[in-house]
Amino acid sequence: MSHPSRFTAFLKLVEGPQTLGKGPKFWSVFALVLLAACIYPQFADSYDVGNNVYFFNWLFMAMGLSLIWGYGGALSFGQTAFFGVAGYAYGVLTINLGDAYGLTLVSLLLAVGISALFAAILGYFLFYGRISGVFLGIVTLSVTLVLERFMAQTAGPQWAIGKARLNGFNGMGAMPSLTIPWPGGAIVLYPDVTLYYVTLALLVSVYLGLRILVNSRFGNVIVAIRENPLRAEMLGYDIRKYQLITFVIGSALAGLSGVLYTSWGNYITPASMGMTAASLPIVWVAVGGRSDLTTTLIGALAVLIVFQTLTIYGSQYALVVMGALLVITVLIAPRGIVIALSDLLPARKSKMKGEV
Amino acid sequence: MEFLYSLFSFLYQFGDAFAFLVLSACGLAVIFGMMGVINLAHGEFILCGAYVSTSVTHMGVPLPLAILAGSVAAGIAGMIVEVAVIRPLYKRPLDTIVATWGISMIVTQGTLIVLGTTMAGSGTPFGSFSIGNYSYSVYRVVLMIMALVTLAALWLMFTKTRFGILARATIQVPHVAEALGVNTNLVYSMTFGLGAALAGLAGGLYAPTMTLVPTMGSSFMVEAFVTVVVGGADIFLGTAPAAVVLGFIKATLTSWQGQLAGQIGMLIAVIIVIRILPRGISGKILKERA
Repeated sequence: MSHPSRFTAFLKLVEGPQTLGKGPKFWSVFALVLLAACIYPQFADSYDVGNNVYFFNWLFMAMGLSLIWGYGGALSFGQTAFFGVAGYAYGVLTINLGDAYGLTLVSLLLAVGISALFAAILGYFLFYGRISGVFLGIVTLSVTLVLERFMAQTAGPQWAIGKARLNGFNGMGAMPSLTIPWPGGAIVLYPDVTLYYVTLALLVSVYLGLRILVNSRFGNVIVAIRENPLRAEMLGYDIRKYQLITFVIGSALAGLSGVLYTSWGNYITPASMGMTAASLPIVWVAVGGRSDLTTTLIGALAVLIVFQTLTIYGSQYALVVMGALLVITVLIAPRGIVIALSDLLPARKSKMKGEV
Repeated sequence: MEFLYSLFSFLYQFGDAFAFLVLSACGLAVIFGMMGVINLAHGEFILCGAYVSTSVTHMGVPLPLAILAGSVAAGIAGMIVEVAVIRPLYKRPLDTIVATWGISMIVTQGTLIVLGTTMAGSGTPFGSFSIGNYSYSVYRVVLMIMALVTLAALWLMFTKTRFGILARATIQVPHVAEALGVNTNLVYSMTFGLGAALAGLAGGLYAPTMTLVPTMGSSFMVEAFVTVVVGGADIFLGTAPAAVVLGFIKATLTSWQGQLAGQIGMLIAVIIVIRILPRGISGKILKERA
């Protein structure tokens, strides 16, 4: 707080009409949560810490979907397509390029770039064709299902890109983890405490970056398009362009999730693009409250942990619970459970009314 | 003669693709066209039809009756889903997609838990016939005929019966229909049930030709989706012509490069069609007519 002016200028960027959570109270809680996340590895087994990075890996895709669906109002049900494309791209690139000289980081950027390019091409046809909302959902879903089937049949030696075998249904493995070149020995990001901190830092920067984006002029326009596309267009905005850019940014984040996941587990399978995989991000984002980044983050993390716990203890019922959670959320708390719960608090209610 | 043989072979493949597209899409198209709802649990109604009809066949009931039973079971399930989940969401059509997806997850995994990973099939009936060097399944030809019969029956239902007229009135101007005494809630319920029953019919018809697994619904989804996207909201002006065009593309690519190429080709065709005809073939036809 030595530079109050700089601090308030920063707050002005990350706070605004498009995000819940503002003022000293919110940021104090934010700082406390961040602090807790930072000191958590000191109190836990480093193996567990590495395993728990798994949860962080998915949050990028969740935030990207929140941007596209919650803020932009476009139903993209096939975010896993970009997850998978980036994951496979990372695998192919790193197996061929190796992990020296920071080439894994180059591969990361290239893989995310490839998924963004794929999203741009697909998005061009969808948004410039002015496809209606429901169709967007089923076309993106079809794309991810067809990609899954395509990758599932790439068994055999003829399906190889350079040194990288695609391995069909069994998935591709043995790609190197992300490696940061460092004087005195490269840092390999195995699932460990270092990877935890790197992913956490990336998560916080993406979260703050997206807050800046949605509260900027651009963010206001995409929310205006969600609320009333015709009016936004009459006001002179090329809605196709805004929707396409939103779609590409959100999909690139799905791609980032794909790369982080692949590097974390040294493994990617076609099933990561299948029907079940595609439905889970919808649950994370819908349950928390898709129209806000913070509620998405809280909801996604909570649902992920519940799902993981269920898969460990109750195994097969996990997906049934996820489906039920989705139906119940849509029926009872369409704005998400986090927002519904905070509406129940009386203080919050009166404050919300005051704002409206 | 050789030419005629390969022509027949292509026509057979085209008919097969056409039948699959029509049968897997028409339930989805009825619900979308009438209610603006994309039913993502469509595959699970197909699953329901397939499982019920196969179990009934195992009990010794003849196949046509078993298929009918599967269709009726799916239709009843559809009406229950409509009342419980879809009705509260009429004001939010986009949310119905998400809710039906939740139902789809519950049913797929529920079937896996209750009935196991696979169910014994009933085998394809009727055997085969051969023309030239190739042999063809008789049952596939029956499926092609069934696709045409289904389209004809739907056309009769929507133009000649009281239900069809009330249903069309309800989609056109719901509040006027209601003011004239139409029970629109009942019409929506029946329409959703009809769509689900058509899905169940597709499941029952294709059950003898497929492996019965809880995820089998999703193998119909891509075809159903693309047909509805290309077709638009009208079954007769949309779904049927879309199935002709897509069936042609699929048959050509399948006979050239295999099943997957057919599917990829269709999807690419669809993405390009969207750019040109965003409201589908029927949207284009109806707009020019208006």
